[in-house]
Amino acid sequence: MTSTSVKSAYKQGFRDGAPFILVIVPFSMLFGVLATEAGLSIFETLSFSVVVIAGAAQFTALQLMGEDAPTLVVLASALAVNLRMAMYSASLSPHIGGAPLWQRAIAAYCTVDQSYAVSITKYELTPEMSPREKIFYFFGTVTPVIPMWWIFTLVGALIGETIPASLALDFAVPITFLAIVAPALRTRAHVGAAITAAILSLMFFTIPYNLGILLAGIGGMMVGAQIEARREASQ
Amino acid sequence: MIDRTELWIVIICLGIGSFALRFAFTGLVGDRELPDWLMRHLRYTAVGILPAIIAPAVLWPAATGGNYDLPRICAAIVTLALGLIWKNVVGAILGGIATLYTLQYLLS
Repeated sequence: MTSTSVKSAYKQGFRDGAPFILVIVPFSMLFGVLATEAGLSIFETLSFSVVVIAGAAQFTALQLMGEDAPTLVVLASALAVNLRMAMYSASLSPHIGGAPLWQRAIAAYCTVDQSYAVSITKYELTPEMSPREKIFYFFGTVTPVIPMWWIFTLVGALIGETIPASLALDFAVPITFLAIVAPALRTRAHVGAAITAAILSLMFFTIPYNLGILLAGIGGMMVGAQIEARREASQ
Repeated sequence: MIDRTELWIVIICLGIGSFALRFAFTGLVGDRELPDWLMRHLRYTAVGILPAIIAPAVLWPAATGGNYDLPRICAAIVTLALGLIWKNVVGAILGGIATLYTLQYLLS
């Protein structure tokens, strides 16, 4: 394990993460716009994005605070939206769990859907990567994304309502997630998991606090695991 | 108007809570082996959670008050198709955005 291979892992992560700037920019701007519309100052809006750094949870918290929901409900709902991060953490731990604690702490702060999805796909396709290469690849994927999240929250807060609704900034997220998921549908188990999760999520749509999404996701994971187990048993 | 004290309580607690969720396994479990059945499930985390977020957001977007919106649905289909055929994340995103704006323009 040389420092060159670690550097090239970082660079490759950076290249693989860079396209997500396209998505992070409109999404963070949208947060900046909505937060200032809800009455937050520019400093408060930026602090929100720097401290929490989780788009979906921030939108949830903002919306519920606007509806005067009790503080505990706001926190519980936003954290429920973020529960998937714990599953990302579990799924990453066999790969980057051996890194020094401070590196794992930085990685935890930077764990977002895009960096997780790109990294885990990379680790599965190239299992020969060393643990150091793996964590530096992860750092590479987040480097172009995280600063953009802060900067464009600020830009959104500053330009505010001048952004027309017809730009449909909200749709940046589903589009990116689709673009990430499609190439990851490599086996019948992956496809089964994805279809199950999508259908369950529609059925569970009325469950409060976005818990339906989590339940649907777990349902999808169970189907994926079942299909994989059966395929192995039949071989 | 959002109460200032409540706002800062939410920002700080949500920050701590989100970090705790992200650090739960990489921080505390580290590289200790997890049981096989659990690993088998965790391999499908991304293809489970992301479609669960996508499906309602495509069919019933909050921005249109939950009403189905043809440009958004078509954009989603194009993105998915491009991603499946092309395996190129950026290409699929750009194709989806182009579809969304073209249809919005044509239907307006």
